[in-house]
Amino acid sequence: MIRLLGHWAIDRQLVGSIIGLSVFGIVMIYSAGQVNVPNVVTERAWVRQIQWFMLALVAFSVLSRVPLRWIEWAAIPSYAISILLLAATLVIGEGRGTASGVKSWIDMGPLSFQPAEVAKLATILALAQLLAQKEAGLNSLRELVAPGLMVAVPLMLVLRQPDLGTALAFVGILFAMLYWAATPVWLLLLCASPVLGLFISYDTGIWSIYILFVIGCLFFMRYRLSLLESSAVVLANFATATISRPLWDSLAAYQQNRILVYLDPQVDPRGAGYQVIQSKLAIGSGEFGGQGFTAGAQKRFDFLPEQHTDFIFAVVGEEFGFVGAALALLAFAFVLSRLVRMASHLGESQAFAGLVLLGIFGAWLVHVFVNIGMTIGVVPITGIPLPFVSYGGTFLLMSWVAVAIAVRVAHERP
Amino acid sequence: MNVHHPHALRRRALGAYAGLAALMGILVIGFFRIQVLSGEDAKLKAASNRIRTLPVPAPRGTIYDRHGEIIADNVPGYQVTILPGPADSVRATLDRMAGYMHLSDARIERVMRTLQAYGREVVVDTDASFEAVAALEERRTEFSGVYVEMRPRRRYQLGGSAGHLTGYIGEITREELDSEAFPEDVYEAGMMVGKIGIERQYESSLQGAQGVRTVEFDARGRIVGNFGGAVSRAAEPGRDLHLNLDKGLQDWVRQIFPDSMSGAIVALDPADGGVLALYSAPGYDPNLFTGGIDEITWAALNADEQKPLFDRSVLGLYAPASTWKLASAGIALDLGVVTPDEVMPEPCTGAYFFGDRFFHCWQRQGHGYNTLAEAIGNSCDIYFYQLGERIGLSRLLVRSNEIGFASRCGVDLPQESRGVFPDSPQWWVDNWGYRPREGETLNLAIGQGPNSQTPLKMAQFYLALARDGSAPAPRIAKDANVEVGWELNLDPEHIAALQEGLRRVTAVGGTAHIRTALEYWDVVGKTGTGQNPLSVRGLAEDHAWFAGLAGPPGEPPEIVVVAIVEYGASGGQVAAPLVSKTADFYLRRKYGIPVDTIQTYWDHISTGPIPQWYRERFPEAFRTRPAASSQGATPGPGDTR
Repeated sequence: MIRLLGHWAIDRQLVGSIIGLSVFGIVMIYSAGQVNVPNVVTERAWVRQIQWFMLALVAFSVLSRVPLRWIEWAAIPSYAISILLLAATLVIGEGRGTASGVKSWIDMGPLSFQPAEVAKLATILALAQLLAQKEAGLNSLRELVAPGLMVAVPLMLVLRQPDLGTALAFVGILFAMLYWAATPVWLLLLCASPVLGLFISYDTGIWSIYILFVIGCLFFMRYRLSLLESSAVVLANFATATISRPLWDSLAAYQQNRILVYLDPQVDPRGAGYQVIQSKLAIGSGEFGGQGFTAGAQKRFDFLPEQHTDFIFAVVGEEFGFVGAALALLAFAFVLSRLVRMASHLGESQAFAGLVLLGIFGAWLVHVFVNIGMTIGVVPITGIPLPFVSYGGTFLLMSWVAVAIAVRVAHERP
Repeated sequence: MNVHHPHALRRRALGAYAGLAALMGILVIGFFRIQVLSGEDAKLKAASNRIRTLPVPAPRGTIYDRHGEIIADNVPGYQVTILPGPADSVRATLDRMAGYMHLSDARIERVMRTLQAYGREVVVDTDASFEAVAALEERRTEFSGVYVEMRPRRRYQLGGSAGHLTGYIGEITREELDSEAFPEDVYEAGMMVGKIGIERQYESSLQGAQGVRTVEFDARGRIVGNFGGAVSRAAEPGRDLHLNLDKGLQDWVRQIFPDSMSGAIVALDPADGGVLALYSAPGYDPNLFTGGIDEITWAALNADEQKPLFDRSVLGLYAPASTWKLASAGIALDLGVVTPDEVMPEPCTGAYFFGDRFFHCWQRQGHGYNTLAEAIGNSCDIYFYQLGERIGLSRLLVRSNEIGFASRCGVDLPQESRGVFPDSPQWWVDNWGYRPREGETLNLAIGQGPNSQTPLKMAQFYLALARDGSAPAPRIAKDANVEVGWELNLDPEHIAALQEGLRRVTAVGGTAHIRTALEYWDVVGKTGTGQNPLSVRGLAEDHAWFAGLAGPPGEPPEIVVVAIVEYGASGGQVAAPLVSKTADFYLRRKYGIPVDTIQTYWDHISTGPIPQWYRERFPEAFRTRPAASSQGATPGPGDTR
């Protein structure tokens, strides 16, 4: 086993802390099953998570020995295959467990998996290959079109499932990798401005000030962007502002509700706001030191929703208090910063590796921030799991595959 | 320049660290605010999420009779309650419960309606069986939002004998909650309160104070731990209530009341006006109401032509007829317009001319010259016409109203009818459109005309005759805070004369003698034949009255009893024996003499030979008129009016 995990030596800190997080996850899944009226499925979930964890370690050991060359070679084909799988999912996909409304699973006899998880990794690899060739960075909107499209295709397919959480992960991937590819931050912000405008447009007055500000920025950047590009940004802003109303109306009632209760959970305390309210009560009642392992009352008496998957961090907060939550956040911060640190110590020829690491960083950052943020009402509720901690076999496995790739690309000198 | 040069990488890494730190900082601040700054608040809210405080019903005060015997007490009962929730799941739960306990579809519908209307817990069954509760307890997790509590259940030991008197309890209604009689700080929805009778009258002291207990629920409304929760504040039991009522007598009164007849019996203690028995026939069993009366029984009670829910003893208004002649006599003596030994100038010849027409006596042959006592004994109308003349209309009205014939007795019951009696000549104008002539006085003097009284009111009047002319308000509870009564200004000789008149009714040869004569006690009284709308048209018999006083021979009366039997025809034959038997039972128990079901002289000769005690107590029946017993055995020629 030790030999199998020989690649620890490559990056003890990253792999060690992630093993720690995975074990912590199993412990929390065990606790989540300890409720007043036990449910056979959730009570035994921790055992299945251990089985998946073992499988993930094996996958890690194998994949972390795969030569970098193979990974680079596989990038584009795996991207293409995952796009096909995502498209297929829209037709033959099924809902599962707690997310039965989202058709994100493909069932293949004894094996079933979520193509979106594969697509995230494949997109990171493919985008890394694309961006690694741009040695001078991306300095104009025109250059952002190709990478944008590369991410937009799987993103739109995932959004159709509809899986907003995973779609957000794609956004994180895109922005983190573009940033690492030396795209100026102001340019990224300009790209994001139409989306920002979408949310601001509910108030015409505020939006008017906002669009003037965007135009002002474009004026100061006039030497770095062509007139066409500037116009495109302004037009896109006007377009999103115009469609915001019909877009809002086209949302399903539950989606509208989720956004409304994000602004104020009390508008629907028994319905859409219920999860946030109960989750915040659970975390709050953990107070500073927590109620003790497996002793969380909100969890025990079933008030916590999805307590072994999406809301597992509420169990952490309730049972280990602020101390436990802060330590867990620190652990995630360490893992994420470790990825950045690994990327920043690469040589000039390792552009691909750095981009892959930042892609993983972007994806995980979104997962961590959105998942934990929604348990305390900082982020609207989207069904998105917490890496290594939430219960879920394929997600754990694919996260470990990502770890393997990260370790491999960072430490193989070409 | 290659953007992947190490220096460029380090610079961008700083940016990435900054972004990471910013997002993590937001989260940490968020957790700090929720957990450290407002954690206590969240803890409280989380607790109220799952912990509900529910009332612990207070045991209602026990009601005792004058001898300390229990009239109403509490026995352990189980109450099953359901909390509001989604309509579908609540209905499913109720349907499942129906498998373990008696729960009709109609009941389920009503529970659902109440849940939707009030949005608070609703009692499903106030009196579930132990088996049903055990079955629910075993399957606790299946019954979301259902909890069971021990609830003292009211038991009325007298059952149907005292339904009207004790009244019953029921769940407080919204109207009652809104009324001032049920102050908000004590009463809340779901409580059981007195609805009628003594239970209602003494509600505030019988009620006690609810306790509090906490029940922990999970998110699906399943109870955590004990089904009944943990008591955090014990209930304060209600105060006990001691009545003047005689439990045995009350039950006896029901037993002797003729089956299938309607009416009332009132027995008062002359010492203080205490109510010894108060019975309205037919009665109803208040125990039917304790578990929430079911619709079928309720409908049957309401549809019953005999109106068992109507309390005739205090609500029924009847023409008092000849029993009221004593009121004329009392008023006349009080005013001093007559002396006991005086005879009226006109002898009774069967008719009396007054104004422009003849007024008749019920006895067409006439009674001749009568003293007051003789006139009462004979119930001579002619004598009382002239007595009425002497009193005069306005004085008769004033004095009658002072005695309270147009008001309530003020008994400690929530409901009582006001007597009907004119308060002034204007009454005739207002009601009938003409001014009364003096002739009206004649009618009023013999208990006719616009005069309707409750059995209790007539009993209160006879109370004055059993005492010194004063009559306290009847009181059911021992320490009842009732209104002060009234007083007739009568000398002992006056009282003696009136009682002598009453004695003639039940003496040998009197109309009520053979059915009232008792072995140990003297019974005196007055019969009455009350007309009613049906009897006036010849469609039914008159109402039979008898108002009597009884006690040991030669002693002042120790019990006042009034009986009325609707459509009973003859006061002497139907109502009088009820009075006599009531008095006999009470006095025998009071003096430690064994109770017997064969009581009156009539009872004895109906079942056997003339008893020895009768020969000893009433020798005159044999000495002066040897045929008295055989003559008396056949009902008299007619009863007094």
